[in-house]
Amino acid sequence: MSGAAGTPGAGGAPAAPDTGGGPGTPGAGGAAGIPGAGWRRADGAPAQGRERRRRGGRRGGARDGDPVVEEAAFTSYYGRPVIKPPVWKQPDVPLYLFLGGAAGTSAAIGALADATGRPALARAGHSVAAAGALTSVGYLIHDLGRPERFLNMLRVLKVTSPLSVGSYVLAPFSALTTATALAGQLGWFPRLRRVSGAVAGVLGGPMTTYTAVLLANTAVPSWHTPYRELPYVFAGSAMAAGGGLTAALTPVGEAGPARRIAVAGAAIELGTMHRVEQGHGLVSEPYRIGRAGVLLRAARACTAAGVGLTLLGGRSRAAAVVGGSLLAAGSALTRFGVFDAGLTSAKDPKYTVAPQRERARTRDAAGEVTTPLS
Amino acid sequence: MTSISSLSAAFTGRDPDHQLFGPVPDRTGQSYEAVHPKRVGFFTDTSVCIGCKACEVACKEWNTLPMDDAHGQIDALGLSGESYDNTGMLGANSWRHVAFVEQSRAVDLPMPTVGLPGADAGTRPLQDPPVVHEGVPASATTAEQTDPQQTSSGDREIRWLMSSDVCKHCTHAACLDVCPTGSLFRTEFGTVVVQEDICNGCGYCVPACPYGVIDQRESDGRVFKCTLCYDRLTDGREPACASACPTQSIQFGDLDELQARADERLRALQDKGVEGARLYGRDEGDGVGGAGAFFLLLDEPEVYGLPPDPVVTTRDLPSMWRHAAAGAAMVLGLVAGAFAGRRR
Ligand code: SF4
Ligand code: SF4
Repeated sequence: MSGAAGTPGAGGAPAAPDTGGGPGTPGAGGAAGIPGAGWRRADGAPAQGRERRRRGGRRGGARDGDPVVEEAAFTSYYGRPVIKPPVWKQPDVPLYLFLGGAAGTSAAIGALADATGRPALARAGHSVAAAGALTSVGYLIHDLGRPERFLNMLRVLKVTSPLSVGSYVLAPFSALTTATALAGQLGWFPRLRRVSGAVAGVLGGPMTTYTAVLLANTAVPSWHTPYRELPYVFAGSAMAAGGGLTAALTPVGEAGPARRIAVAGAAIELGTMHRVEQGHGLVSEPYRIGRAGVLLRAARACTAAGVGLTLLGGRSRAAAVVGGSLLAAGSALTRFGVFDAGLTSAKDPKYTVAPQRERARTRDAAGEVTTPLS
Repeated sequence: MTSISSLSAAFTGRDPDHQLFGPVPDRTGQSYEAVHPKRVGFFTDTSVCIGCKACEVACKEWNTLPMDDAHGQIDALGLSGESYDNTGMLGANSWRHVAFVEQSRAVDLPMPTVGLPGADAGTRPLQDPPVVHEGVPASATTAEQTDPQQTSSGDREIRWLMSSDVCKHCTHAACLDVCPTGSLFRTEFGTVVVQEDICNGCGYCVPACPYGVIDQRESDGRVFKCTLCYDRLTDGREPACASACPTQSIQFGDLDELQARADERLRALQDKGVEGARLYGRDEGDGVGGAGAFFLLLDEPEVYGLPPDPVVTTRDLPSMWRHAAAGAAMVLGLVAGAFAGRRR
């Protein structure tokens, strides 16, 4: 963004006025010097009201002859979104993201607790992993338009589809964690249980991050653009939730590792999420405004409080329970917030058009016509 | 002939064959069949579109698509208030969508003492004030006077842009890449089609498409989009919309022929001084490796509701997988580290 991108708009948001006219680059064969050869959308369309509001919101307003080009101006077709907003349902999909992550970390905790002789922590880890994995599968299937065809997910394996790869992680993971938890409860097959627990623990790693790729590998601007940070956000968030929940379910004497994992995860979640919320110009905006902004502020508060309680609560079981629950709540709220920010960025054509227009303009200016690179 | 594989170089990080983005290499002779059909597509020349919506109707009839309103709601009637467009958008039930854009621009009236330039006298009615717009060559505006979609009144010029939008049948189709069931596939004609008996309605393709084409039909659960009339192609017939178009705005054919025809048409329009004419989706070096259905537009793509610089999301997938793998390793490492520490 250049020029007026830094000018505070009416809502404190960077101004990106929908001018309803040509956005400025003289296209192939276009008339040089005149944005869109001077064409504006004729008055009377419903989207015009929105445009005026936006334009009025810019400090100083625009005078005739002002270079519209410089102001991250964008055009849309009656304010309609350019891409289709995700049809994934709430709360199904955010909960699927949250539960899968919490289960992934818990499985790893369970396996290592088993190996290091912490039976209570192992039981907690296995139980959270199994419960989380099964509910997460449940939400995934419930979100399908044709739930009875859920097995089609395993019909092919495609590395280009994070949902396909994810299905091949989730399916064995949920089977193994369930088997491990059952064997643990019933005291059956102790050796086999360790093996299945260990394999589930290793699968727990990818369980925490594949969902970030699932969201990032779309045309949704606020999901795709921070694709380098989102896997770490989800990893940290999963550690905070898994560590917090297992710590809450374990006597404090055994829960030391879970507490350390939870605190480390929370720190990663807060740090990387900050970069998602601030580091990407216009497409970071949906993370700060509206419902997503509220959810993410609540997430930060819960996570910070949870870290405080976990660190300062000492050997109090009550502090561990409340702190762990707060960390889990913070993790869940983060997923809801990220999900919501994506929806916002998909529904407003501004977030799709303005960055693409900017990119095209930069490229044209560089005289390079092929290979688009961001 | 270009044929496309969605095999992935995701884990290598290198993509020498352009399997995830960029121009695909020639794969002639690599098909299972001895003779492989050529890649087909649409060239939609919006400069001759008259907005009759015959394509929309033909498509709905041939594919027995349900009636819907401008927001994709089935069995609803509604006027959108958006010019003559009550279809609103491409979706599960509208596989062709004619966009209507009403535009106007101010023109500077000449001072009374300024006479009409002689060259213009024959081409413009006398009561029509000469159009002089800063930076616009006079020849351009003269040519527009012969454009039926444009007229001037007083100090305003008014024009109507119409464009029939459709699935682009991308060379690198994000919808196809992300489909976990293999329901979306590449046909022998180089088009992208949903196998409705396999789709489980996971909805992943919907936000993956950079053009907002494919969508879920709520009452059905599955997703639907243009098939480029796969059923007609296999019988050697052209798609319903192309055969219904009365002005040949929608042209169907082998992609290489269409591309040559489009280049010629663009040159002709530019020679006549038509401003703003450009091809959209024609460039094989663009973010989706070029589109099977491409367009001649008269204004910026976003004016028609098209993304100005779409990029297939899978281009960045190798990097995403690497970050996800690093994140997963980080989790496992930190968990192990937490256990390696003090025992308490
Ligand atoms: S335009 Fe969208 S739906 Fe059509 S092939 Fe490309 S990605 Fe798929
Ligand atoms: S909704 Fe259907 S076509 Fe789309 S990605 Fe899912 S299974 Fe594939």
